[in-house]
Amino acid sequence: MYEFDIEKPSTIDEAVAALASDEAQALGGGQTLIPTLKQRLAAPGVLVSLGGIDALKGIRPEGDTLVIGAGTCHADVAADGTIPALSALAAGIGDPAVRNRGTIGGSLANNDPSACYPAGVLGLGATVVTNQREIGAGDFFTGLFETALEDGEIITAVKLPRPEAAAYVKFEQPASRFALVGVFVSRTGTEVRVAVTGASEDGVFRWTEAEAALSANFAPDALDGMSPDGDMISDIHGSAEYRAHLVAVLTKRAVAAC
Amino acid sequence: MAQVSMTVNGKAVSAEAEGRTLLSQFLRETLGLTGTHVGCDTGQCGACTVHVNGRMVKSCNMFAAEADGARITTIEGMAEADGSLGAIQAAFREHHGLQCGFCTPGMVMAAAALLADNPKPSEADIRAHLSGNLCRCTGYHNIVKAIMAASGQDVGAIAAE
Ligand SMILES: Cc1cc2nc3c(=O)[nH]c(=O)nc-3n(C[C@H](O)[C@H](O)[C@H](O)COP(=O)(O)OP(=O)(O)OC[C@H]3O[C@@H](n4cnc5c(N)ncnc54)[C@H](O)[C@@H]3O)c2cc1C
Ligand code: FES
Ligand code: FES
Repeated sequence: MYEFDIEKPSTIDEAVAALASDEAQALGGGQTLIPTLKQRLAAPGVLVSLGGIDALKGIRPEGDTLVIGAGTCHADVAADGTIPALSALAAGIGDPAVRNRGTIGGSLANNDPSACYPAGVLGLGATVVTNQREIGAGDFFTGLFETALEDGEIITAVKLPRPEAAAYVKFEQPASRFALVGVFVSRTGTEVRVAVTGASEDGVFRWTEAEAALSANFAPDALDGMSPDGDMISDIHGSAEYRAHLVAVLTKRAVAAC
Repeated sequence: MAQVSMTVNGKAVSAEAEGRTLLSQFLRETLGLTGTHVGCDTGQCGACTVHVNGRMVKSCNMFAAEADGARITTIEGMAEADGSLGAIQAAFREHHGLQCGFCTPGMVMAAAALLADNPKPSEADIRAHLSGNLCRCTGYHNIVKAIMAASGQDVGAIAAE
């Protein structure tokens, strides 16, 4: 690792002020950023640790939505259970030690194409709250490791509507335990959302054809013969065809689990 | 450099650390507590597992500065006050839960975290809980047995695979 200083603000305002410098980068749970620093793929002069900011932590209901602070770790979301499918998703991230450090805000800001939370947040139609504004999930994820966040902008919370039914099904890449493909399905009334991670070259996406079919008939066989369009990831873990096939299979399983 | 203070195995400690000093480095190199092993240094293997404020974390994936003010438990804190093996350690020995021993500090710390939350885990609970702790030697079977035994459960029920 290159040298850097660590700052430990205790309020969001202090963190935002510290992040105004070009040299500075936010540190969430460090579960992605620390390995990246070790590989010298990032060279911030200052890391601004968000871990000491109480206002970024915790889970609370607000009307019909659930608000999760960006600094809340995966283990705490797993233990919450208000939206069972989201808690199950969090409980399946990495391993217990990773879940005790990694945060929802860090996962969303990172937008790894194989990460779990982007599927949950897009699949629930959640809103990402930053220190400056609120961003709908559909506008937040803009591509591989890309988000709508501006320099120095931090995620403070995520607001998630509570669905009538939802499920996340993840096909694990056995070495990394990330999603080889993961599908989050939610249904509220006749509105169905299908969000897919791990599959597309463009990162997490909504499979809108499947959503239309499932809105008419919310049953696994409504998807018979369907597979997603678009460029699927092809790598040593699975070909593009294999991933496209998995998307359809996992979507059916998620519908069956709802 | 900044001063970092924490409680390690019940003792208050304080020393200088760079921003980039990992908790694993601070424990091993600054405090001389070399029981915490570093296997992969990438957050994958779990050999460096310690407890921070009662929760298991990979100490190679956290900075010492982030542990300022925290309560840390390492493998050195798992023995009884008279120096004899703690219950989990004794069960690992009894059930041959280790061969080379490299993964063992992390395994014991992971087991302790599990049993604190779930005093009577099933075999499946134990295997799921150990998903981030890799062992090159044992095939995990005797580790699972040892944790079952440490929780006071019958190990005969675990079928040999
Ligand atoms: C062994 C292992 C297995 C894993 N398995 C999975 C898995 O199965 N599924 C999965 O989804 N993930 C997995 N992960 C990744 C894990 O979920 C990370 O915790 C997560 O991707 C990053 O969150 P973090 O809080 O650790 O962020 P960090 O690593 O601290 O930061 C990541 C990035 O986000 C930025 N950032 C952090 N917080 C904020 C914020 N509040 N606002 C703006 N920017 C911010 C940082 O500057 C950095 O660029 C795994 C990680 C490991 C080490
Ligand atoms: S040394 Fe920390 S996880 Fe391998
Ligand atoms: S006993 Fe050798 S790695 Fe586990």
